[in-house]
Amino acid sequence: MNTLVKSSDRLVRFVNRRLSGRAVNQLMVRIPYIWLLLFFLLPLVIILKISLADPVMARPPYTPMFDWAAGAVQWFQGTLDNYRAIFNDRLYMYTYWSSVKFASVSTVLVLLIGYPMAYAIARAEGKWRTIFLLLVILPFWTSFLLRVYAWLGLLNTYGLINKTLMGLGIIDAPLEMMYTDFAVYIGIVYSYLPFMILPLYASLEKLDGDLRDAAADLGAGPVRTFIDVTLPLSLPGVIAGSMLVFIPAMGEYVIPTLLGGPDNLMIGRVLYDEYFFNMDWPLSSAIAIVLLSLLIVPIMILRYFQDKEAAA
Amino acid sequence: MMKRLSFPLTVLIFGYAFLYIPIFSMIAYSFNKSSLATTWGGFSLRWYGVLFENSQAFDALMLSIRIALVSATFATALGTCAGIALYRFRSFRGRRLFSGMIAAPLVMPEVITGLSLLLFFISLENLIGWPAGRGVDTITIAHITFSMAFVAIVVQARLAGQDNSLEEAAQDLGARPFRVLVDITLPLLAPAMIAGWLLAFTLSFDDLVISSFVSGPGANTLPMYIFSKVKLGVKPDINALATIIVALVTIGVVVAMRLMTRKDGGKKPG
Repeated sequence: MNTLVKSSDRLVRFVNRRLSGRAVNQLMVRIPYIWLLLFFLLPLVIILKISLADPVMARPPYTPMFDWAAGAVQWFQGTLDNYRAIFNDRLYMYTYWSSVKFASVSTVLVLLIGYPMAYAIARAEGKWRTIFLLLVILPFWTSFLLRVYAWLGLLNTYGLINKTLMGLGIIDAPLEMMYTDFAVYIGIVYSYLPFMILPLYASLEKLDGDLRDAAADLGAGPVRTFIDVTLPLSLPGVIAGSMLVFIPAMGEYVIPTLLGGPDNLMIGRVLYDEYFFNMDWPLSSAIAIVLLSLLIVPIMILRYFQDKEAAA
Repeated sequence: MMKRLSFPLTVLIFGYAFLYIPIFSMIAYSFNKSSLATTWGGFSLRWYGVLFENSQAFDALMLSIRIALVSATFATALGTCAGIALYRFRSFRGRRLFSGMIAAPLVMPEVITGLSLLLFFISLENLIGWPAGRGVDTITIAHITFSMAFVAIVVQARLAGQDNSLEEAAQDLGARPFRVLVDITLPLLAPAMIAGWLLAFTLSFDDLVISSFVSGPGANTLPMYIFSKVKLGVKPDINALATIIVALVTIGVVVAMRLMTRKDGGKKPG
């Protein structure tokens, strides 16, 4: 142990003598920068290239399921074929549309549940506030997969919800909730709720209570105060939270696969299956690129509000 | 006479019930004697026994821990550099791209990240022969890449919240830049780095989609194992496994929060 400390100290001293301030700074920027260029940006460039069907880059080294002849023809035919295939296929177009629908409806639902919660937490007393926040963060740290899985036991035909409702005499026959769109909505709302509450809380916490008091003194009722004061001031949190839910929900794979019916169409699931069952690399790359381009505007909006938040 | 609950309290009760009932029901059913997932057959530790005899689950667990340890450590190193760089250096060539690449993995759909990394690894293998096949190494690289962004955000937030007079003092007293980094900056950042490491560990330990894409034959992580089991419905031994994971995570988060708040105690306001 002692030798380890000594040698690491010697290493620090050695590096310290050799490196100028400029060099330290440059290393600090360059190492993570190069890592991200290599393992984040370059892969995206590569799928863009494969989606344009570059025969050199896209040739799979091994795929017994792959039809070589058909593949070669497809690749040499022209560069935008994969995109044409997507845009001409009503099923793909419907899948994108359905993903947008699932993601936006869920975002609105998460907002409707998350806003009152974030508001209540922000108004709570100091010690309680910490506990309430911890209770929001805790599920976020617990396995995403297991939290989605937990709903299997609840939504089942003979699951907890149906049993409770039948026990209370509210329904006579079990509701079919599992493997429906309803289950997918529940799964998304449940999994992404912390992503909405945390940014909302951050902007509501900063809100000056005096402004609310002033509005009340000037004769505004609670609803009026909320609409004219609280809501506009918390708008950055609303938008950041909504984007944090909408963007990943668009490409969700686990939730529709575990909770959705076999005919549930969300693009993340279709992309996954397209790759793993059909082994069609150019087409799955094109599906991914179209999905990414749908998300560029929401990502830009998120960045804009995050930058503004950081600057404030 | 019943007292009427205030609106905020009602909201919180319903909200937390929604957040926690699924988790608690999963925990409760893990102690269920019956093998029918939905019928209560009395208390039993049967499924924990089944779980501990399951070597496949154990191997997957060990693999996931191994990957998470390595990737969290690398992600913390890289993410700390990135966080410091983004906070300190307001303008350098390509800063916009850099901060974009830090922010994007936070929201990027996993299917896109997974597919792009997989096709990248395959292309690279065709080109230079590395990585030879896919498995633990490729999963680790993928996990480092997406979790370093989270570490960078945590580190950046910590830097924004602390004053840099100590570093300036050390510089004024003639300490060389690397010495300042090792003796002043990094110790000050330690709580954020620990929090970032824990976050990176959790993200890696939990990842299913990206791992499934970049994994190879034989490399089955715990989420991959769980997913293959629960695709067809509720499994009592997975309930037991989930209970253990939830318990460990809860202990970890509470301990980490204690640690962070204690370290923050000495922080000057403003």
